Amino acid sequence: MARIIVVTSGKGGVGKTTTSAAIAMGLAKAGHKTAVIDFDVGLRNLDLILGCERRVVYDFINVINGEASLNQALIRDKNCNLLYILPASQTRDKDALTEEGVGRVLDELSKDFAYIVCDSPAGIEKGANLALYFADDAFVVTNPEVSSVRDSDRMLGILSSKSRRAERNEDPIKEYLLLTRYDADRVKSGEMLSLEDVQEILSLELLGIIPESKSVLSASNAGIPVILDEKSEAGQAYADVVARYLGEKRPHRFIDAKHGFLRRLFGGRK
Amino acid sequence: MLNTPPALEFKSSTFFAPILILYTHDMVAIEQTLQEKINLAPEFFRDSPLIIDLRELNKLNQDLDFVQITQLLRRIGFFPVGIRGGNEQQNKQARTLSIPIDTVREQGNPITIGEAQKQEAVPEVTVAKESISPIAAPPQTPVAATLITQPIRSGQRIYASGDLIILSQVSAGAEIMAEGNIHVYNTLRGRALAGVHGNTAARIFCFDLQAELISIAGDYKTSEDLNKQTYKNPVQIYLQNHALIIKEIA
Ligand SMILES: Nc1ncnc2c1ncn2[C@@H]1O[C@H](COP(=O)(O)OP(=O)(O)OP(=O)(O)O)[C@@H](O)[C@H]1O
Ligand SMILES: [Mg+2]
Repeated sequence: MARIIVVTSGKGGVGKTTTSAAIAMGLAKAGHKTAVIDFDVGLRNLDLILGCERRVVYDFINVINGEASLNQALIRDKNCNLLYILPASQTRDKDALTEEGVGRVLDELSKDFAYIVCDSPAGIEKGANLALYFADDAFVVTNPEVSSVRDSDRMLGILSSKSRRAERNEDPIKEYLLLTRYDADRVKSGEMLSLEDVQEILSLELLGIIPESKSVLSASNAGIPVILDEKSEAGQAYADVVARYLGEKRPHRFIDAKHGFLRRLFGGRK
Repeated sequence: MLNTPPALEFKSSTFFAPILILYTHDMVAIEQTLQEKINLAPEFFRDSPLIIDLRELNKLNQDLDFVQITQLLRRIGFFPVGIRGGNEQQNKQARTLSIPIDTVREQGNPITIGEAQKQEAVPEVTVAKESISPIAAPPQTPVAATLITQPIRSGQRIYASGDLIILSQVSAGAEIMAEGNIHVYNTLRGRALAGVHGNTAARIFCFDLQAELISIAGDYKTSEDLNKQTYKNPVQIYLQNHALIIKEIA
């Protein structure tokens, strides 16, 4: 039986797809057969971030509609043979995503995979609701700003009331906080919320803080999940997240502003 | 497409709706009382489905025109979705109006509090035990308190027909309502409305008051009016001559 993880946020553009690609790769690198599914029908970009966009033949909706088998649609990652991607459809409309269909695909994947990572679209509409419906664990991706925190809180309400676990009266979805695009300098200057501010409102188990980092953009341009960039802070932070999720104790990093030479010269905001 | 999906599917599920128990056939009194209750919690009642319970009324042999009550309820914004305890004539009228007839289960409340608790955290589903008593108050059966241990997040809504006890935080953008008292043993950032059916003796107790709005029996204060001195301290809130008093619990 696979463990189903939803990467969700409510608010758009906070780093869900970046996170989905990174943690799916991290889990696969740790030796767990992992599938990552793009639920963002019409706006697919998980395949871009994983660099497999030119190998997409069939997609998630084809599988739901019985037009392709899972094996035909799953794309094996070029960097790790335990990682598979199920891309979203760029062309079909969202109505094709049904609870019954998604459930069927997840059931079939569960037989063969250890982890299934569901990259949720933004918003609280059907796609987002279906991405979380079958989840066992939720990574709530939040940026240190008021609107993102508020939307995450809203999402947490939906996680606790509209999931299959909630409907069946089972143990609730395990919820984790991932604070991303965290800029320690801007937190220090009061432009962004601090970890404490965010936790005061959300009070969730913190899985990690992902610093704002240029390496994220270069990694996604190169089609390689940032977790494979071991020199980058964002890459290291995602590696910590995966390790913590798998039960390892690691101290949190990247919380405080550091004042390196280059930072003082060029980046010294306030 | 190779496989055409089926045109439809049946699933069994439960649909929660408040029950309106009528104790009089006086349309004016009914409308007036309903309007007062709606004014206390307009959001809660807007477009609410409703089951009309005529058992008590028929015990009193008060005849009521079902078409008329349906029209009245629709006019003020309810969606009658069922009738129970109607007499032959009323059931016939319901059938003509395409309103389903429920056979009354005699034992206890149609909606029990235990059943309600799980569902109440769902924003779209609300459960209320509604009773209307414009003339003679019926014998009140005591209602158990509702206990909530999970955080109430933004967009969620809790309604309790008795007291409401919450052990976890209530987020900004969440709304908690009780016909009785409200206890929040944590931070209250959302809206809290106690005594929503007009119980002026209801109180709100909370460990850390940062609420967007507090109200007892319809008298309210917004965060703007909340005294900075009591902000973030354990307090109790009660009504004195239509004024909300916020007092620190020493
Ligand atoms: N830690 C980071 N540092 C710098 N940029 C980042 C970081 N995380 C994400 N980004 C950038 O933010 C943008 C949005 O990221 P991403 O697509 O992962 O968000 P999303 O939540 O999936 O968005 P959507 O809601 O549209 O699906 C991208 O341009 C990405 O490169
Ligand atoms: Mg995305």
